[in-house]
Amino acid sequence: MLKRLLASREILLLGAIMALLALIATRFPGFVAPSNLAGVFNDTAPLILLAIGQMIVILTRCIDLSVAANLALTGMVVAMINVAAPGMPIGVILIVAILLGTLLGMVNGLLVWKLDIPPIVVTLGTMTIFRGIIFLISDGKWVNSHEMSAAFKALPRTELLGLPVLSWIAIAAVLIFALVMRRTTLGRAFYAVGGSPHSATYTGINVGRTQFWAFTISGALAGLTGYLWVSRYAVAYVDIAGGFELDVVAACVIGGVSIAGGIGSVAGALLGALFLGVIKNALPVVDISPFWQLAISGSAIIIAVAVNARANREKGRIILKSAEHAA
Amino acid sequence: MLMHAETAAHAARAAAPDPAPILALAKVTKEFPGVKALSDVDLRLYPGQVTALIGENGAGKSTVVKTLTGIYQPDGGEILVDGAPRRFATAQDAAAAGITAIHQETVLFDELSVAENIFLGHAPRGRFGLIDWAEMERCAEEILVGIGAQIDPKVRLRDLGIANRHLVAIARALSIDARVVIMDEPTAALSHKEIEELYELVESLKAKGKAILFISHKFDEIFRIADRFTVFRDGQLVGDGRMADVTEADLVKMMVGRDVSQIFPNRERRIGEEVLQVVGYDHPTEFADIGFTLRRGEILGFYGLVGAGRSEFMQALFGITKTSKGITKIDGRLSAIRSPADAIENGIVYVPEDRGRQGAITDLPIFQNVTLPSLKRTSKNGFLRLAEEFRLTREYTTRLDLRAASLDTNVGSLSGGNQQKVVIAKWLATQPKVIILDEPTKGIDIGSKAAVHEFMAELAAQGLAVIMVSSEIPEILGMSDRVIVMREGRIAAELAGEDLTPETLVRHAAGI
Amino acid sequence: MSTTDRFIPDRLQSPLERRLKSWESLLLLVAIAIFIANSFASPYFLNAWNLSDATFNFTEKAMIAFAMALLIISGEIDLSVASIIALASTAMGAAVQLGAGTPVLILVGLGTGLLCGAFNGFLVTRMGLPSIVVTIGTMSLFRGISYIVLGDQAFRGYPADFAFFGQGYVFWVISFEFVLFALLAVIYGVLLHKTNFGRAVYAIGNNPTGALFSGIRVARVKFILFLLTGLMAGVAAICLTSRLGSTRPSIAFGWELEVVTMVVLGGVNILGGSGSIPGVVIAAFVMGLVTFGLGLLNVPGIVMSIVIGALLIGVIALPRLWKMWRG
Repeated sequence: MLKRLLASREILLLGAIMALLALIATRFPGFVAPSNLAGVFNDTAPLILLAIGQMIVILTRCIDLSVAANLALTGMVVAMINVAAPGMPIGVILIVAILLGTLLGMVNGLLVWKLDIPPIVVTLGTMTIFRGIIFLISDGKWVNSHEMSAAFKALPRTELLGLPVLSWIAIAAVLIFALVMRRTTLGRAFYAVGGSPHSATYTGINVGRTQFWAFTISGALAGLTGYLWVSRYAVAYVDIAGGFELDVVAACVIGGVSIAGGIGSVAGALLGALFLGVIKNALPVVDISPFWQLAISGSAIIIAVAVNARANREKGRIILKSAEHAA
Repeated sequence: MLMHAETAAHAARAAAPDPAPILALAKVTKEFPGVKALSDVDLRLYPGQVTALIGENGAGKSTVVKTLTGIYQPDGGEILVDGAPRRFATAQDAAAAGITAIHQETVLFDELSVAENIFLGHAPRGRFGLIDWAEMERCAEEILVGIGAQIDPKVRLRDLGIANRHLVAIARALSIDARVVIMDEPTAALSHKEIEELYELVESLKAKGKAILFISHKFDEIFRIADRFTVFRDGQLVGDGRMADVTEADLVKMMVGRDVSQIFPNRERRIGEEVLQVVGYDHPTEFADIGFTLRRGEILGFYGLVGAGRSEFMQALFGITKTSKGITKIDGRLSAIRSPADAIENGIVYVPEDRGRQGAITDLPIFQNVTLPSLKRTSKNGFLRLAEEFRLTREYTTRLDLRAASLDTNVGSLSGGNQQKVVIAKWLATQPKVIILDEPTKGIDIGSKAAVHEFMAELAAQGLAVIMVSSEIPEILGMSDRVIVMREGRIAAELAGEDLTPETLVRHAAGI
Repeated sequence: MSTTDRFIPDRLQSPLERRLKSWESLLLLVAIAIFIANSFASPYFLNAWNLSDATFNFTEKAMIAFAMALLIISGEIDLSVASIIALASTAMGAAVQLGAGTPVLILVGLGTGLLCGAFNGFLVTRMGLPSIVVTIGTMSLFRGISYIVLGDQAFRGYPADFAFFGQGYVFWVISFEFVLFALLAVIYGVLLHKTNFGRAVYAIGNNPTGALFSGIRVARVKFILFLLTGLMAGVAAICLTSRLGSTRPSIAFGWELEVVTMVVLGGVNILGGSGSIPGVVIAAFVMGLVTFGLGLLNVPGIVMSIVIGALLIGVIALPRLWKMWRG
């Protein structure tokens, strides 16, 4: 029983985050004040949204390096729509963002499913293509704050029960996807496909189609985040969220998602994102140059993947009776 | 068909009209590049009856199972359900038609719980169509208890041993309310007690009117529970009928197309001095306390149930598994073997069971496969010498009578038997002292099988020490000078001479 | 069984015949077509000095691509190469501040590359971690260290004779970099196609388990490949730093993508097992020519990245689409 608890990567990570917070609190108690923690959560919300999508993709033995570019393209498109038609209701903008993101995700998914192209190649390619398209449609220009309508900028900041809508969206996504992953056929199919594609075929699951849905979900979340990002920072240009895909993958790896597929959870993705969010927000507080952030998240990825690998190391087949835990 | 047994009972049974088959194959053909796996085969499964599907490895049994369960689609002929033609595009279509299978390779998910492994794809749903985990675990428990398995449905599958994994696979097949149950070697890894429970289960399924297709290599088993038989050879139907009308000898004759006694070469036994000594091999989960000696010119058989730890031990001996402990002495000298490269340098080579993944590099040409462990000899200062490589390849493939279009042909395009010859040639080219052959004739045709046996005898006669892992009793009996039986990761017995009988082998392997 | 009734020939197809039907031949035709199209599109194209200038577009990336090709053929990948350039360049910049001369700078550049490669290799082969995650981690870590050292500053003041590696000419329009590129192409070509080591690389990439079971020291070969890739990134860092005359932490940003694209375009299977150095050489020319041609037509860099991204997906997708179309 103890073994199973310790094997739970989520518990371990939660402990690490708590320890980190405690360490910071010893010198900067203000950091762990509820209002500041809420701020950290809100700041991490986009990472949480993308990490959930990425987690599902990695679960099926794929990887989506195009999420940040998808976010940027969707963000630019909705920003330009807002400039062209300032009166368009935010509900419509939101739907456009999700649909466009979904569509871009489907492109990745189709290339992986129908043409059987390795996901890393597909998404490295679409990553550059999406960025290039932003340049083409925007002509390299910025959409600035003063060009955006007030309503367009207001949504993520609007406070509801003490938390901004951005935070609520992240919370809703965590809850919805926790349910989807645990209690729907599609959710379980993601685990099956990543755990053993061969066996999944035998149980009647179409591996390629399941991967397609993973990319679609990842795209939809990236599209949603695209609007939220552009609206929150009130600016859109070619390079927004540049390199953010690496943070997203990092959040997943830190959250215990196995790159080999089949292992991962929404809770893990959430905690992995929060871990990075806490570090990012704590650096200026503890007076470390923000230039340290890149190296720290890189180290976190390496340490996390090493720890995960140790836990999952192939121990050999269980043949000796003494090695079995049947009942 | 054979109609010699004319007892009253048989006459009475023969007189009863056959019920209509639930499931049938009519003139089904399935081709793969270069191989006709099934040609025009017929198969009928009747309600309340067990039909045994019999044939050698490579006869097409697995292809039939995969065709019936929607993994493969036939290239010709029809699948008939209640007499009506049906097409199964996926495994789900076959399940919907009431067909379920316990596959030979237990197709299960290590990271998921036992309950989910049983119910994946057809889990009980609660409100809003969401999966009801509590109900799923309850049902799983019920099915597991029903087959006498003591397994906690919440345990992750990776924590189970091979016999329990098989039981989970059986539970999965039973969790689908099927009319047709296919059992592909269900008892291969089970102990005596578990097998008895499986038989009871089969009886109860029969009583419920289910049609059962039972695939097995064990004749005692087939004669005990089957009502009918169908025999395949080289992808063709060679006979079918009632079990009551045939003898074991009849079935074997149909299976191999000639008398069995001819298969094994008579060899002159010239056993020399001791070459290999193994002491105290241990592994945390796979095997414990393995020790034996081996002499030049000797063929030492390793027998046991599937999953008894034989291959795992051989891979440790060959330096693949690093977590094991133990001492290896070659020609009396202590040898530290930490990798296959070390093993090869010390004169131990291993022909693995899994040819496609471990034995050969199927996308590379024959000559590159053969010279891979011998590149040091064929090259000069680290630079390749192709002429030398072709020469070495030709030397050893000729000895094995390899059939191929050219030595530059990819190994993957060869038949199973010829692939095996390439793997053996690769190892002989290293001029080893000890050769380990793991299920050397599994999945290869009769002709190649005899060639491999003959060659094995020739190697022993030349003074090579041979270890042969095999699950086939005739092969073990026909080839070995001495046999070690393994059970659950330990040596259960060492048999030679008069102690070496089919009964003693089975008894020690199953732990009766 | 000592007599054969049939003689088995060594080969059915001559090596020349096989070469003519290969991906490399097709790619060579593409390169020639682009060359001709460019010479019609711009009057400035067919000028020896312009063409010589154009080679700088690809020589440094191609040097890394040679080692990367071997690494990808063996079934691994190194996404940290651009960050290794950044770190090696930073190390050289720091050495300059300490008064190091050109020979020491060379040693520092190569040494940093080797160390980074050894670190990647250690994590992948000793710890058994997946290279894609490890090198995403070290990609952040290596560049992150550059950021820690430099922040928003730059290192300058490289010795005058150091400029030769990136700006010098050996003979007329033939630059030092181009000569080095050609020399390395031959060395890597021989290593991959004519030695035992190269044979082991192919065997590992096709079937790592089978290679291990055949007595290949898989971990050692892979470790050497990571070392070589790091070393080549060090060589590229020397050339690039010498050419630019300064070091910023953003140096060579995004190059890993272009290097991988070059390798894949050159016909190397991203999943390992097949590919050739001549293919990579031709791919380097194709990418250089496309970049140069579009540059002459005043197409902005980001749009070129669309072309690169589309090439990456297209070269894999088109043959598969063609196969689907026919079969």
